[in-house]
Amino acid sequence: MNVAVLRSMLWIALVVAGPFAAALPALGAEIPPDQRRSGYADMSPDNKAMQDDDTSNPGMLAVLDGEALWGTKAGTANRSCADCHGDAKTSMKGVAARYPVFNAARGQPVDLSQRINICRSQHQQAKPFAHESKDMLALSAYVAMQSRGDPIAPPDDQRLKPFIEKGHALFMQRMGQLNLSCSQCHNDNWGKNIAGNIMPQAHPTGYPIYRLEWQGMGSLQRRLRNCMIGVRAEPYAYGAPEYVEMELYLMQRARGMTIETPAVRP
Amino acid sequence: MAARTLINVPKKAKRGEVITIKTLISHPMETGFRHNTVGLPLPRDIITSFVCTYNGEEIFRAALHPAIAANPFITFHTVATESGRIAFRWTGDNGFAAEASADIAVG
Amino acid sequence: MNRTSLESSQATRRGFLGAVGAALIVRPASATPASMAVAIRQVVGDAEPKRGKVKLNLPPLVENGNTVAMGVSVDSPMTPQDYVKAIHVFADKNPLPNVISVQFGPRAGKADISTRMRLADTQTVVAICEMSDGSFWSDSVDVVITFGACLEDS
Repeated sequence: MNVAVLRSMLWIALVVAGPFAAALPALGAEIPPDQRRSGYADMSPDNKAMQDDDTSNPGMLAVLDGEALWGTKAGTANRSCADCHGDAKTSMKGVAARYPVFNAARGQPVDLSQRINICRSQHQQAKPFAHESKDMLALSAYVAMQSRGDPIAPPDDQRLKPFIEKGHALFMQRMGQLNLSCSQCHNDNWGKNIAGNIMPQAHPTGYPIYRLEWQGMGSLQRRLRNCMIGVRAEPYAYGAPEYVEMELYLMQRARGMTIETPAVRP
Repeated sequence: MAARTLINVPKKAKRGEVITIKTLISHPMETGFRHNTVGLPLPRDIITSFVCTYNGEEIFRAALHPAIAANPFITFHTVATESGRIAFRWTGDNGFAAEASADIAVG
Repeated sequence: MNRTSLESSQATRRGFLGAVGAALIVRPASATPASMAVAIRQVVGDAEPKRGKVKLNLPPLVENGNTVAMGVSVDSPMTPQDYVKAIHVFADKNPLPNVISVQFGPRAGKADISTRMRLADTQTVVAICEMSDGSFWSDSVDVVITFGACLEDS
């Protein structure tokens, strides 16, 4: 572990310091739309094949669990998702492509997992799913997969604007002992090697994803926490509003890119 | 929730045709070599055996070790001999057992 | 030390301090070329596997050792007179040398399997097949595991 820590710090320092030594590019600049690429593009042929074939994509195990949950009656209301929403293939199509959305009752934006728990507590009178629980990941994967192939299309809702701006500010803000922002890696240095990995552009196209590093499914929040730990910052608690703000900004940034859920990533 | 399985067997095949069978099952395949956040060892919990039968006759068997990745994926082949049922059984540590099957029409 | 699933990957302060002190003393048990040779000997007995007939498919460079697509195919007519009885796969720098062993009969039609394996580190993977005439054949692939710079919790 000690070697890994030192190697990690050294590599991050090298990659991020690199551009400062050369002629200064437009640091912090957004990636031009025609240069945007999903992390899928940088994967090995084997890992691409794993995502592409539904009979070999391990994320499909979670999707099948989610499909079962969709039809299972829950809570004191004894009602299933399907009892209200019918066939998810039609009712949920495009939903993940536009979330997070503004929730008027709460006066703030909610992400897909929060929306699922609002349904559970209000309409099913059931216990909310825990963050990153198997059931939450399964149901959100099943719902999100109904948008697979759809372009990311965040709503043009003025009420979201201040939250998107907060998310943008968080993306640009240096944090942690390495004092790095999201932008310094993912805007300024995408496509370069960070030790053995290729730095991705960080587009939320495939969540929840099956990540080989995790050997299982995880949410965008888990991925964001990984990055914060990577730069030695204290991650926000699961469910913190900052994650929804960052997701709002990332979805704006990825507008028009294609939903891939359930994506596979190394 | 029981282990989720995802199997892919062609619904139809010609007699004598070699068919591809793909199987996926949800299982952590905990190696027994990892530790939790407070340093305690995580006990081994893996699938140790996978058996496929075709109308009751065993046609494929695999012994799995901790070096098989989480959510084991195994593909293999068999000759479509007759219509019937292709059945799968996974067994492992802590009494783990899971079954799945698929019907095939051979013409 | 590497950070794959086969070893602890917890970046806790205690884990870090502990690792600094203990890195040279406490290492997880790891298969070595010698222990792999013993594991192979248990399968082949006194026979000497020859190169050929079996093909082990693994990428030379792997992004994450937790899940690596691996395939083995054997050149065999798969008739009742001449077929592959078994395929065994071994790795020389995992904690244990055995990976998977499969048993066939002529009903398989084609001796061609695939699965996903774990590779704790850059190492050599060996596939051995046992034919119906009692002969053994082998193939091996050297695989390089790349590691990212970013530490993560799990």
